Amino acid sequence: MKRWKAGLAGAIFAAGAAAVTAVGAADPLKVAFVYVGPVGDGGWTFAHDLGRKALEKNLDGKVKATFVENVPEGADAERVIRDLATKGNQLIFTTSFGYMDATLKVAKSFPKTEFYHATGFKSASNVTIYNSRMYEPAYLSGIIAGNVSKSGVLGFVASFPIPEVVRNIDAFTMGARSVNPKITTKVVWVNTWYDPSKERQAAEALIGQGADVLLQNTDSSAVLQTAQDKGVHAFGWDSDMSAYAPKAHLASNVEVWGGYYTRAVQAALDGKPLHDNVWGGIKEGMNDLVAVSPELPEAVRKAVAAKKAEIAAGKFAVFSGPIKGNDGTVKVAAGKALTDKEIDSINWYAEGVEGQLPK
Amino acid sequence: MSGSLTPLVASALAAAVPLVLAALGELVTERAGVLNLGLEGMMLMGAVASFMAAAHGGGLGAGVLAGIGAGAAGALVFAVLTLSLQASQVATGLSLTIFGTGLSAFLGRDYVGSRARATFDDLPVPGLSDIPGIGPLFSLNAVGYFALVAIVAIAWFLYRTRLGLVVRTVGESPTVARSLGMRVARVRYGATLFGGAMAGLAGSYYALAQFKMWQEGLTSGNGWIALALVVFSTWRPVRVAVGALLFGGVTAMGLYLQTIGIQVSTFLLASLPYLATIVVLIATSANEQARRRNAPAALGKPFFDGD
Repeated sequence: MKRWKAGLAGAIFAAGAAAVTAVGAADPLKVAFVYVGPVGDGGWTFAHDLGRKALEKNLDGKVKATFVENVPEGADAERVIRDLATKGNQLIFTTSFGYMDATLKVAKSFPKTEFYHATGFKSASNVTIYNSRMYEPAYLSGIIAGNVSKSGVLGFVASFPIPEVVRNIDAFTMGARSVNPKITTKVVWVNTWYDPSKERQAAEALIGQGADVLLQNTDSSAVLQTAQDKGVHAFGWDSDMSAYAPKAHLASNVEVWGGYYTRAVQAALDGKPLHDNVWGGIKEGMNDLVAVSPELPEAVRKAVAAKKAEIAAGKFAVFSGPIKGNDGTVKVAAGKALTDKEIDSINWYAEGVEGQLPK
Repeated sequence: MSGSLTPLVASALAAAVPLVLAALGELVTERAGVLNLGLEGMMLMGAVASFMAAAHGGGLGAGVLAGIGAGAAGALVFAVLTLSLQASQVATGLSLTIFGTGLSAFLGRDYVGSRARATFDDLPVPGLSDIPGIGPLFSLNAVGYFALVAIVAIAWFLYRTRLGLVVRTVGESPTVARSLGMRVARVRYGATLFGGAMAGLAGSYYALAQFKMWQEGLTSGNGWIALALVVFSTWRPVRVAVGALLFGGVTAMGLYLQTIGIQVSTFLLASLPYLATIVVLIATSANEQARRRNAPAALGKPFFDGD
């Protein structure tokens, strides 16, 4: 009697051990994404989710990538990130600037988990930063705008006065001025990343003041839609927005996150997680100008493609001198270029941008 | 165009139309004594329903009907819970806002990324629409003109018709109304459904007329602005129109000032409608007379009928 009980117990134990090891061997790597907006925003978060989907496709079966959306920056963020780490996610991607301190705090409690923070500037041994150079496609958009604008006035719907946004305004204006040195840019600050209502009103205000080509760095397609309604032109931002307003759409400035996400997870699977901060642009395939309108003249499209190729080959840097500020002073001397650190802390308007930076 | 005020007026009008619709609906609801805080949720449900109906080839008619239907359906849920089951009006309304916001986001997930298939185009009145300054008033779309008519119609309904008097009596004192033979619950049901339908219509305006697309949170909190607007207007339809223009125009004004070089904090501007409402609330609640003259006396209080 005792022996068969022992045998039964042994068999169950062996089966259990086999099951556990079997599950352990085939267990996909758990990674999680924290989004600041809804996946349905058609912009910033939508682009990150496209990256997540690409990751799942590229590493099918080896990774399980989940997300939490609409996480406000602040105390809620810390709670969500901590929760994800506790649940056993090995890599956590926090996709908004405002998650910076929350990410660092949680990272201290989970030294074995790898954290990746988008668009921040503080890192740690297990917190790596990644960002994309949106100002590169913004510059290319400027070239298109310079060719298309009839009024010579461009409009920019801007979210918050931080360096990330200011350099996009500057790059856009500089690109336009390389075609038409008399072009000016009007800027409206909406103090939000995503608010179709405000973005629309901002676009209306700019168009009412004569702007006939608009760019934005907010997350919805309201600006583009407004442009189509009023018969002017605009660009897509963060994602391909050509479907929203086919007549007004000139091109879309996008981030391409799929490649980076795949690299990061593959590195973790290989046992060598990425720790180098990455700031990639067109050259690294992390940015692109897509859906360039076929209505544009051939010459313009060729010029844009040529400049894009120069950037991709590392032959042209957007913030290479000579560059003047809109106060007349020389910001970058001829023959020099801004360093990454300087680009990351830009606080001046380039020549051609109207008005002053809000404090 | 540079320096002209016309684009500013046009922008303020476009923002005011849905506020007028939702606020007028809520005004009738509140005049009957029912406080429906679920406006934002019903507007979003109306927006997503109308967008989906249009996307499936129903055209503008189906879109508008779907929007009105969705808003009214939300209001029906609210009415059953608060009028028949005597649940707290405030709690139910807030829950419905949260529910409507989430449900619309869920249903609309596959519809993000495309333009509305049927849209309202502007119908300018020849000649009048070119008048500088107020021209945009004659260059609205069909829903906008309907809003103008609704202001007059609802004012006339409330103050010049017997049914309007019944509605107002039910809101002031349901006990008196009941003793006069009025069917309190029935009137309140009707007023609530009307409010929901108007909220749904406002939602479909956002989806098919103003933004011509669907995204989560399309109404950007304007349901709350409409609620504040009803109080700000001291429950009078014509004042709703004035207030809607002010509230709708406040953001447009701030952005307009930026384009001419004057920096105004958009945070301050965003809080102005609510600050104005608080001022009005204080003024109308300051003493017993002001209170009796303004808010419907039985607003928000459940009525236990059939004793």
